[in-house]
Amino acid sequence: MSEFLNFHYDVDGDNFVSAGQASVQVKKNLRQLGLPTEVIRRVSIAMYEGEINMVIHANGGTADVDVYEDRIVIRLADKGPGIKDVALAMQEGFSTANENVRSLGFGAGMGLPNMKRYTDDMQIDTVVDVGTTITMTIRLA
Amino acid sequence: MTAAELIEKHGFHPIVLPDPERETEGCYIGDLLSWVMGKACAGNVWITIMSNVNTVAVASLSDVSLVLLAEGVTLEQSVAETALARGVNVASTDLPAFEAATAIAGDL
Ligand SMILES: Nc1ncnc2c1ncn2[C@@H]1O[C@H](COP(=O)(O)OP(=O)(O)OP(=O)(O)O)[C@@H](O)[C@H]1O
Ligand SMILES: [Mg+2]
Repeated sequence: MSEFLNFHYDVDGDNFVSAGQASVQVKKNLRQLGLPTEVIRRVSIAMYEGEINMVIHANGGTADVDVYEDRIVIRLADKGPGIKDVALAMQEGFSTANENVRSLGFGAGMGLPNMKRYTDDMQIDTVVDVGTTITMTIRLA
Repeated sequence: MTAAELIEKHGFHPIVLPDPERETEGCYIGDLLSWVMGKACAGNVWITIMSNVNTVAVASLSDVSLVLLAEGVTLEQSVAETALARGVNVASTDLPAFEAATAIAGDL
């Protein structure tokens, strides 16, 4: 396996008003690495959606971004409630977000579909009452 | 047309303009953040009435050229500072979203 860079973040579960810090930091780091704008855009949106999900649905977690020569791997891990029906959660429009979260503009049920759309591969490992780990890969041309 | 030129031409109220020379291209209207992240394109003018700190994060990550707050919606001072720090242009207008969009349509 070739050399890679790792960025690690702890995602705070309490503060969904200012959530998204890790994604913003990743965007900065990837810019400094000189990656193409479109790649940065896809990585940072996919990560932001996952980060927000951990905050609003799972009380926080950790985020890791590994940058390899040929791909970027984003791993989001939480010890939240897990996802009972992944196929249902993946459907556009499905959301269990509460009123409070919706009033901030979240809860359209588009986050997981966006994560899939903007990445080349997405794996969801989830166990009810144990937690969820989502691994997304974006290939670098 | 640049963000600054668009704001000037239509008499929008500039809130923060850290990147005035940014070219505007096309437009997306919406308040649900994941829709915006899924559908807006880099360079778009994003017209919305959603004006919390998440709006700024989404604007930055989606790489839109300008957030145009419609219906006279304003931005809290602390959120405006975040927008400035992240290089996100924000302006406001009293026009509803549809009128704002039709006003700028010929310029994008
Ligand atoms: N990390 C997670 N832990 C537990 N449940 C989750 C997690 N991520 C997503 N879910 C569940 O999957 C549903 C769909 O997620 P998705 O991100 O698509 O929509 P949303 O977060 O509800 O709204 P949006 O992302 O559009 O703001 C959520 O409402 C929630 O029930
Ligand atoms: Mg979501």
